[in-house]
Amino acid sequence: MLFGPGGIGPMANDSQVLNLLRGLIILLLYQGIGEAITRYSGMPIPGPVIGMILLFLTLNLSGSKILLKFKYRGFKHTGLEHTAHLLIRGLPLMFIPACVGIFFLPNTQADQRPAIVGVIVLSTLVTLTATALVMKWLLRSEAKHP
Amino acid sequence: MMALLNQVGLLVLTLVVFWASFWLYRRYNSRPTIHSLLHPLVTAPALIGCLLLLVDIDYSLYRHANSPFFFLLGTATVALAIPLHQQFHHIRSLAKPLLITLLFGASFAVISAVSIAWLLGASVETLISLSPKSVTTPIALGITEKIGGLPGLTAGVVVFTGVVGAICGPWIFRWLNITDDRIAGFVMGISAHGLGTARAFEISPRCGAFSSLGLGLTGTLTVFLLPWIVIACSN
Repeated sequence: MLFGPGGIGPMANDSQVLNLLRGLIILLLYQGIGEAITRYSGMPIPGPVIGMILLFLTLNLSGSKILLKFKYRGFKHTGLEHTAHLLIRGLPLMFIPACVGIFFLPNTQADQRPAIVGVIVLSTLVTLTATALVMKWLLRSEAKHP
Repeated sequence: MMALLNQVGLLVLTLVVFWASFWLYRRYNSRPTIHSLLHPLVTAPALIGCLLLLVDIDYSLYRHANSPFFFLLGTATVALAIPLHQQFHHIRSLAKPLLITLLFGASFAVISAVSIAWLLGASVETLISLSPKSVTTPIALGITEKIGGLPGLTAGVVVFTGVVGAICGPWIFRWLNITDDRIAGFVMGISAHGLGTARAFEISPRCGAFSSLGLGLTGTLTVFLLPWIVIACSN
């Protein structure tokens, strides 16, 4: 998809670059607004999450006409869609530096560490299974009684 | 000069190891079990962690050199609004079952972790640090500071939960015969936050959108509920 028509290939032209940049500007703007709200309100919710909620609200309440429909002629995707797609595909890469931190935990509770690893594996597996079964059951009964 | 070289070197290390682990992941895509275990989220951090320990480089140095990734993670979080918006018609029609699943899943994650750890005789501090385990890292750190947990331990616990959930989620769904990507996505978002969401986007855009929703809702719900529960329990 990235190298297809409307995608950014090795021969990206100026308007493709502009398209991507505009998407990036919108995303950074919302990230900045979110960070500012977190900082000045003292809420425990991280800035990017607030930015995501605000962008989602903007897109849903009329804003999608301004932010999503506005694109250069001949392109399949808008700048915002395109930049978002690239960033989301890159999510695993961005998580790696944080994951490396598992190997460098502070030495508190060191004696309990093997137990903690077991607890997390077990409880995560149980949670995934139970929650999936609940949702499967809920969706099945929804289909029977619409 | 040396410091600059270190900075660039540690950033390039992340990219090179990610590239190599992604290549390995793509190579074994015909065998589902091995494929999941070779996910870059498992192999790349393990390799980098071992390298840093071998060469005796401090994590704070590595973290500082890789701060661009931490910043981009924020930008990518904002970008989750777009798939969420595009799939919103699917989500709106399922509002009630989604809400029930959210309440069940978010509380079940906390209860299962705390009760298993309590049975194994963990200290109160550890129990508190474990409780926000299925919430996205920055929210979990805010919660743990508020309720008297250890931030260092919580950060590790949260990331490890995400890795376990992202890797084992697809196995469990296959085992339970769940092919509905809405269920897979929402459940991974609830129980494995951002890492589960990154994995969900590999399955389908709809799966990713449901996962983003689960991630955001679980974080918000836990922020408001967990501190009250801890206060009620400690009285």
